Amino acid sequence: MIEVRGLTKRYGAKVAVDDLTFSIESGQVTGFLGPNGAGKTTTMRCILGLDYPTKGSITVDGKVYGDLAYPMREVGALLEAKAVHGGRSAYNHLLCLAQTNSLPRRRVGEVLELVGLSDVAKKRSKGFSLGMSQRLGIAATLLGDPKVLMFDEPVNGLDPEGILWIRNLMKALAAEGRTVFVSSHLMSEMENTADHLIVIGRGRLIAASSMKDFVASASGASVRVRTPSADQLVRAVTAKGATTSTDDDGAIEVRGMSTEQIGDLAFSEGIRLHELTQVRASLEEAFMELTADSVEYRADAPGPHATTTIGSGV
Amino acid sequence: MATLTTADVQLSALPPATGHAGLRGVIASEFTKLRSVRSTYWTFAALVILSVGVAALIGFGVASNIHNNPQNAAGTDATQLSLGVFFELGQLIIAVIGAMIITSEYSNGMIRTSLTAMPRRGTVFLGKLIVLTSVTLVVSMVTSFLAFFAGQAALSGSGVAASLFHSTTIPANALVNGPNGPGSGPPSFTFQGTDVITAGHVLSAVVGTALFVTLAALIAFGLGSIIRHTAGAITSAIGLMFVLSIIIQLLPDTWRWDIMRFFPDAAGRVISVTIGSGNQHLWSAWPQLLVTVIWAAVLVGVGGYLFRKRDA
Repeated sequence: MIEVRGLTKRYGAKVAVDDLTFSIESGQVTGFLGPNGAGKTTTMRCILGLDYPTKGSITVDGKVYGDLAYPMREVGALLEAKAVHGGRSAYNHLLCLAQTNSLPRRRVGEVLELVGLSDVAKKRSKGFSLGMSQRLGIAATLLGDPKVLMFDEPVNGLDPEGILWIRNLMKALAAEGRTVFVSSHLMSEMENTADHLIVIGRGRLIAASSMKDFVASASGASVRVRTPSADQLVRAVTAKGATTSTDDDGAIEVRGMSTEQIGDLAFSEGIRLHELTQVRASLEEAFMELTADSVEYRADAPGPHATTTIGSGV
Repeated sequence: MATLTTADVQLSALPPATGHAGLRGVIASEFTKLRSVRSTYWTFAALVILSVGVAALIGFGVASNIHNNPQNAAGTDATQLSLGVFFELGQLIIAVIGAMIITSEYSNGMIRTSLTAMPRRGTVFLGKLIVLTSVTLVVSMVTSFLAFFAGQAALSGSGVAASLFHSTTIPANALVNGPNGPGSGPPSFTFQGTDVITAGHVLSAVVGTALFVTLAALIAFGLGSIIRHTAGAITSAIGLMFVLSIIIQLLPDTWRWDIMRFFPDAAGRVISVTIGSGNQHLWSAWPQLLVTVIWAAVLVGVGGYLFRKRDA
């Protein structure tokens, strides 16, 4: 279990992380979400002891990261895939890391095979594509068979195949009972993988909840109705206790009734319907709404804000 | 590339952990890092080939000159001739190794991977220092001896070649008599006095020069860990070892004579010399080398302190 308590990190005058407190439970996938510049990477760097917190404390299984007997056996972390010496072969890169933690040499060959890089083990990593570098970085995290894995934006810049591979890997690692802590600025990345969510914006905690609760809170379901007899329909559903609002394009949004109920009601009232659609805010929207105030750099003229979107496979 | 899942490969179990990750692992790791990049080999090859090759060339040149002008044998410091290129250029080349062992990790971000694997920074720094010192010491020592032997082999027969095994005696001065010009034949001259060069003197020059070059690597390492930038570290090492002494030359004599002995490059001017009473403005070889040691120790100390204290 990783516990972050009152973490504050300042770089000069800029506050990157502001009094952040959360914990990462063992044995589940925790998604770490936030817009770009929210402080996700900084938080991860602080957990790993790369950056020193200005205030606050962080423990991994009750210990400061730097005090772990064999850090690679506890935590495997991949922050930047390209943070390797390009002139060194994949094999030697992993070997020099394994040696620091007295891990057996055979692990190097094994993790290379695991990530599918055996064929290029002797090749210098300079020539690796981003996807291959990502695999090499992941191989390094698995060297010490760690209980906790940390990935910072692991799918950034990957092709769809690479993204799928990473997703499956994270699921497989979690299925083995490992703790996975993965950051992303895209909610869609978390939808299918994370059990728990920690959302930050501008260095502050916005939400920390289980995925289930987050989905529930995000799915403020409504039904979109189009009808030539708008006034009649509004009167009818309001009488049944639902609330309505009218969209810019004339559609009526009904909350508090299901599509079936509205359809039946319209039928019995003799109201013709042109559209009857279940609308759910996607997680992406819920996330954007949650972090809307904390986006660091925003384009000056955002496009017209879509009021509703058909839920995307929540 | 085939899509893989963890199901395809079974990882073998790790042996149970005892103790904790420490210096031994870091040293093994740092040695792997050094031997697994080509730049290490290029740099050391450049050091050895240049130092030994030029020592031989100079030896041949001086031998030929003495053959034609025997009076030039007087006061020829054969040891210094063979070591000159090694310490002048060798310190620059080895500074690249010294700086890069730390700065290359910052330029590509490897330092964050390294410190994630091994977060005890004092141990990481010490491991780097130990590997750098031992590797550069061995290479410098071998190069110094090779350069010496190559140079002396080229000088053999000239009567001035020095030896590590016995004392050699060469004329101290040549007094040229009589006319010297076309039609007068070769100048007649008489040698005056002798310089006795002991084997011990030669040995300390060869060993001392290797130590000096090793210290240049440590100075660059210290600067590298302070500056964390390859070009900046190498430039400042060259500045400290070369440019500064040139700037000092511009100062009024009375000033520069007083301060030049406090600079790290001063040892280079006396350490390889086996003839004469030394430079009157500098200390003798070993005290002067101690000045270089202090520079290296301070720079490495500051570098190590910052390495621990700063965000990676």
